Amino acid sequence: MIEIRWHGRGGQGAKTASQLLADAAFMAGKFVQSFPEYGPERSGAPITAYNRISDERCNVHSNIYEPDYVAVVDETLLESVDVTAGLKPEGAVIVNTAKDPGEIRRELGDYAGRIYTIDARKISLLTLGAYFPNTPMLAAVVAVSGCVEKEQFLKDMEGSFRHKFEKKPQVIEGNLKCLSLSMDSVKGTGTKGVSI
Amino acid sequence: MSIRERLSGNEAVATAMRQIEPDVFAMFPITPSTEIPQYFAQYVADGKVDTEFICVESEHSAMSACLGAEAAGVRAVTATSSAGLSYMNEVLFVAASLRLPVVLAVSCRALTGPININHDYSDSLAERDSGFIQLYAENNQEVYDNYLMAHRIAEHPSVRLPLMVCEDGFITSHAIENIELEEDGAVKRFVGTYQPENYLLKEENPLAVGPYGVSAYYMEARVAQATAMMNAKKVILEVAKDFEETFGRHYGFFEEYRMEDAECAIVLMGSSAGTAKAAVDELRAEGVKAGVIKVRVFRPFPGEELAKALSPLKAVAVLDKSEGFSANGGPLFAETASMMINLDERPKMIDIVYGLGGRDFTVKAAKAVFERLLGIVKTGETGPVYSHMGQREAGE
Repeated sequence: MIEIRWHGRGGQGAKTASQLLADAAFMAGKFVQSFPEYGPERSGAPITAYNRISDERCNVHSNIYEPDYVAVVDETLLESVDVTAGLKPEGAVIVNTAKDPGEIRRELGDYAGRIYTIDARKISLLTLGAYFPNTPMLAAVVAVSGCVEKEQFLKDMEGSFRHKFEKKPQVIEGNLKCLSLSMDSVKGTGTKGVSI
Repeated sequence: MSIRERLSGNEAVATAMRQIEPDVFAMFPITPSTEIPQYFAQYVADGKVDTEFICVESEHSAMSACLGAEAAGVRAVTATSSAGLSYMNEVLFVAASLRLPVVLAVSCRALTGPININHDYSDSLAERDSGFIQLYAENNQEVYDNYLMAHRIAEHPSVRLPLMVCEDGFITSHAIENIELEEDGAVKRFVGTYQPENYLLKEENPLAVGPYGVSAYYMEARVAQATAMMNAKKVILEVAKDFEETFGRHYGFFEEYRMEDAECAIVLMGSSAGTAKAAVDELRAEGVKAGVIKVRVFRPFPGEELAKALSPLKAVAVLDKSEGFSANGGPLFAETASMMINLDERPKMIDIVYGLGGRDFTVKAAKAVFERLLGIVKTGETGPVYSHMGQREAGE
């Protein structure tokens, strides 16, 4: 089972990203959970969402305290939220930022595990013409975690976009380009020195 | 053939409602149940259902509208949570005493105060005396399945009582998980059409609804209502049996998880049961004889059956997700323990109130409860019978 914790700000779509990931894993035949931690929501406040992805139904319904992966949709959260709390040593944190993993490491205290970065803003503006961090972050999490195989993921997402954007077919190509570019441009350094 | 899907608990309830296509849906929104009427409104707008969708001005009116529709002889449903359910309180009792089988979906949530929108059973368990049948679910699949069974149980001629289909606010109502849906036609065939024997607008034999009951008559009506609740036990099992034969999934009054040779067990309801099962799996791997009983039917309460299942154990912890403020323990404990009293052999029992206002319940917490039970088995001493778990202490 893979457990993922998302950190974002209200209105940025961390919850939606977690739902999209559940969709992708579901289409690949997995059992999924996607759930946000709810509170008195306001735009811009830190929020958390979660995923469990497994080959068997997962009965546990608690929050995730020792995730395999952490996805940070907004890098300004690094100042105020301990995003790597409980993160498994062999896991990884994926941050939406224009910075390199080495620079992000300096902002993560004594965290010693793998760090990946993706410039979701740049990719999003380039492929979608506006800033939607969800799609690049989704692709980055799939690329780093390997929870769904790349070709299968891109094929399933194409089907999903064709259905979702039935009345706006002009946006399908941009979204697909966004996914594939995002998967290829995740930058990584860390204990294992993996680079994608 | 079942359909493999992924839905939230609220989507699952709305889907069941679409498939059943009730005659009337009276709605007033409140989080976390709001999505149910929201999804259903879309079905109405898309012409997928031929339901009279009434937007009323309060939950009191929502239940009143359901009551009126049911009295007129048709199927009526609504959904609510928390303060919304409390605001229905008066009319819940009326619906039950008029023997009108309204089906009410509840995404269970704490009551104020402090103000809180998260999950516990303060709302639904406060209505335990309302005369509603109450079914509880561990996950989206169970809330969907319970909903498919709900109308048949409620409308059965020997029952004719309203019914609450309860799910855990946010924890299951908003969590997207895999689910096996049934085909629309199969659901419609299973649920059947509603043919009440008597109703207000029956032309050949109109029925008076809601008359005054003087002391010479009131008690007979209440005893008849109590008998109906007792009858519901048999009907719940009959419908579950037919459900299993039709769709293949098994349901009873409660689920016994790894209870075969268990020495200690946790009794609880809802999504936390899944978390407790994971703890049992870990403990069983270490050789600990632990089990879980998940109560699905709270009204009518399966006291006799539960007492029988618990009788051979050495120690039992009942976990209550609503306070009750009895100063003796929560409602699930009171109900469970009261049925043990005449048993010759019975376990030591404790009550732990937990998870209030969305306080998280983890595998680690469930294991800590079992650790306490193992201590009781060893020493024979229960320690405090009634306690709370998961709260911060002063200074923490």
